[in-house]
Amino acid sequence: MSLTKTERTIIVSMWAKISTQADTIGTETLERLFLSYPQTKTYFPHFDLHPGSAQLRAHGSKVVAAVGDAVKSIDSIGAALSKLSELHAYVLRVDPVNFKLLSHCLLVTLAARFPSDFTAEAHAAWDKFLSVVSSVLTEKYR
Amino acid sequence: MVHFTAEEKAAITSLWGKMNVEEAGGEALGRLLVVYPWTQRFFDNFGNLSSPSAILGNPKVKAHGKKVLTSFGDAIKNMDNLKTTFAKLSELHCDKLHVDPENFRLLGNVMVIILATHFGKEFTPEVQAAWQKLVSAVAIALGHKYH
Repeated sequence: MSLTKTERTIIVSMWAKISTQADTIGTETLERLFLSYPQTKTYFPHFDLHPGSAQLRAHGSKVVAAVGDAVKSIDSIGAALSKLSELHAYVLRVDPVNFKLLSHCLLVTLAARFPSDFTAEAHAAWDKFLSVVSSVLTEKYR
Repeated sequence: MVHFTAEEKAAITSLWGKMNVEEAGGEALGRLLVVYPWTQRFFDNFGNLSSPSAILGNPKVKAHGKKVLTSFGDAIKNMDNLKTTFAKLSELHCDKLHVDPENFRLLGNVMVIILATHFGKEFTPEVQAAWQKLVSAVAIALGHKYH
């Protein structure tokens, strides 16, 4: 699965808007994830996960920054996220099902904050893009 | 049986009350067909599904979307009794329509995203969690009679 030119254009142009709210988007995405899918908290026993916690904010920023890296290297996401891919395969070992859950929560956050930009076409492009990112992050799992 | 707290029920019914079910239904089904094009396999007789605008403007998509979402309204009136409420529909989707239950999960998530676009900030993480619980329970109820 690879992104068409149109899909890349949609992602890159929306990212320009999104990146101005990157940190709060990251935090909100994680809050949504932990509330809707409590089982995902099992990967963070060492974190204070209360809304507003410093750790939540820091981690949210980290996640969105990585998405941003993928956007900036949208023609070579595999190369851009290679280290992160290794981290997830050998250290974090997050079960692949969770990437869909996180992706969905990011989409909900974007839809809530940018409703007029989040058209059906944009929704499709983002869903596909995050699916590609998820594939890259799990490609070294076995 | 899935149990919904009073807060969850309130979060669900208050948003539902503000929705234009007819429009939202068409939007939900339309987005499903756009974002997950393989779901078009169930709608060969719907005519032009060749582009996002064709899909979203297609009168058959709108009509069927309205039907689906109206049925979802029954779920909201019977949140404590979903399996019984959807028993017949479950049999229909298995025996006559041959729909993979995975599609119910996809549609449920599309609905959640549409709620987010309509309600923005009001669609808080807590409200989303209540709705995820509902769409998941509906998907399970619709798959319950499969054999």
